[in-house]
Amino acid sequence: MAEAALSRSSATELTADRKLPDQPWARSARVEALSRLDTLGLPHRRDEYWKFTRPDTLIQMPAPSAAVFHNDEKPLFDDMDRLRIVFVDGVFDENASDDLTLEGVKIERLATAQSDLHWAKDLYGKLEAAGQTPVPRTLAAFNTAYAEDGLLIHVTDKVSKPISLIYTHESDSSDAILHHCIKLDAGTELTVLENGPAAARFNKVMEVDIGDGAAFHHVRAQGRDHERRAVTHMFARLSAESVFKSFTMTVNGKLTRNECVIELTGDDATAHVAGVCVGDGDFHHDDTVFVTHDAVGCESRQVFKKVLRNGAVGVFQGKILVKNGAQKTDGYQISQSLLLDEDSQFLAKPELEIYADDVACSHGSTSGAIDEDALFYLRARGIPQNEATNLLTLAFLAEAVEEVQSDVLKEELTSRLDAWLARHRD
Amino acid sequence: MLSIKNLSVKLQEEDKQILKGVDLEVEAGKVHAIMGPNGSGKSTLSYVLSGKAGYEVTDGSATLEGVDLLGMEPEERAAAGLFLAFQYPVEIPGVGNMTFLRTAVNAQRKARGEEEMSAADFLKVIRAKAKDLKIDAEMLKRPVNMGFSGGEKKRNEILQMAMLEPKMCILDETDSGLDVDAMKLVAEGVNALRSEGRGFLVITHYQRLLDHIKPDVVHIMSDGRIVKTGGPELALEVEHNGYADILAEVA
Repeated sequence: MAEAALSRSSATELTADRKLPDQPWARSARVEALSRLDTLGLPHRRDEYWKFTRPDTLIQMPAPSAAVFHNDEKPLFDDMDRLRIVFVDGVFDENASDDLTLEGVKIERLATAQSDLHWAKDLYGKLEAAGQTPVPRTLAAFNTAYAEDGLLIHVTDKVSKPISLIYTHESDSSDAILHHCIKLDAGTELTVLENGPAAARFNKVMEVDIGDGAAFHHVRAQGRDHERRAVTHMFARLSAESVFKSFTMTVNGKLTRNECVIELTGDDATAHVAGVCVGDGDFHHDDTVFVTHDAVGCESRQVFKKVLRNGAVGVFQGKILVKNGAQKTDGYQISQSLLLDEDSQFLAKPELEIYADDVACSHGSTSGAIDEDALFYLRARGIPQNEATNLLTLAFLAEAVEEVQSDVLKEELTSRLDAWLARHRD
Repeated sequence: MLSIKNLSVKLQEEDKQILKGVDLEVEAGKVHAIMGPNGSGKSTLSYVLSGKAGYEVTDGSATLEGVDLLGMEPEERAAAGLFLAFQYPVEIPGVGNMTFLRTAVNAQRKARGEEEMSAADFLKVIRAKAKDLKIDAEMLKRPVNMGFSGGEKKRNEILQMAMLEPKMCILDETDSGLDVDAMKLVAEGVNALRSEGRGFLVITHYQRLLDHIKPDVVHIMSDGRIVKTGGPELALEVEHNGYADILAEVA
């Protein structure tokens, strides 16, 4: 009782001066989200699900400020042919963006989608709502209720290039909310790229509904500003023979919590989610993944690698739930951290919950230091200690980066990690 | 070339003296072999010379062409021209064999103030040398020593030696885990590198490797010291009579 009262009061704090955006088609989704938030309450540090990550600063009002970090590194994905859509501190920037027209796909802004019978009516807040059980994720419900901007993307045919969401951070005190809905019709394919620090505090939800035989690829780079905070939720629902692949690289940031909630609802679907993070000092990164197998013959894979130093903290909570009847499930999960000193910490909670009897599931979690024998071997061949350490660190991360399909992207991500390591040498 | 004087070494972790005054002089162009029973300090000698952590030098010196080795980092010793072919080459997941070798070659060149080798030149050279050692393109692409058989690992060591062109090569039980054919291949690789300006120190238990890599000088090591030095015939004596006779004779 006391718990609930506490949670409710913080929900009030977060919602006090906000109004539900006035949008007839999304009205009921927003009202329902608000009622979920009211019933379930906001996360609290005594919640089991937030045991390793304190939610306080994701909730407190006003948002903690975060200085904009400047460096002259070229933005990621810069050389790629892509449709650029820019948000500055969570607000769509029309001038900086390409026209929202691309063959095979309909792209609209959430803020201006007014049609009473919008297709997104069946998606907006729906996967988020389903994702509230068995564990509440009410920062996502809060997002559904109040998000003003974001994109509604409906893929109906072949798309020629990736959609690239660029999140620029310009204000030290920005508190941004974005909500994207993506629907892939049967047999279609889409790649979504995301990059940039986004805001001082960023709450983002992406709901992805993948039709039969469709494929969704997602590559995200959460840069770079040291003081930023973010909580993101990815909710994906996979139909038969569909594919979902998501990769996230996180560099810097005071606090990042990425939740990924995947439901395999059609037979023979494939879901891969992977991530690497590199943190130095005041850095807390949390990957929380929940994969539900609710169909026959599906494959899921979670590969997460973290490099931590100078007191950085990494968290992994990963679960594979295999429902009764989800036979021939192939589930794999690995989370590993490389601790470059004794001050850093990795906290992991890998879980399997299986109700079907003909499945293959495995999970592993490790945490360790640089392999001294390998280090000596490299040095004995003339590679200086720093360079050898970086080589081994990149090699450690490579297994996760390998999950990215595109060789070009793989190379670009690797070179970013390499540059980060070079900057963060002792 | 390599000059070791009264080298005395103990383990850092425990108070255990492993080398008790080793004296050894390997001239350029010569192959010296060190034989000896298990636990005599042969491998320790190779590790101490190449700079592995965990050992404390309590006395003596080791120099390469007059330069003090013992004060240098392992990478500096490598750049100065020292090479150790490992008894147990380390598997390194995630680092491509080719990337590793190119990084090593260029790191050494950089340390010596030489120009780095271009990717194209490097590829040309390594292909030719790999072919001699029957190392295929697939092995070059794989992560360092991952999934390599014992013989492949040792051939990979010799390939590294060929690419790095060191002045002084130490081979630590390169014959262990090799069948006869693999040993021949490795020995051919080593013999191809024998030259006027290069010294070799071949550490082995058995005489059979020395059938293929013919030594100029053979040393017997026991209990942390060189106890006997002779020509190739000393190796044959060990082969026939074991170490016991020799050790009894010098005791």
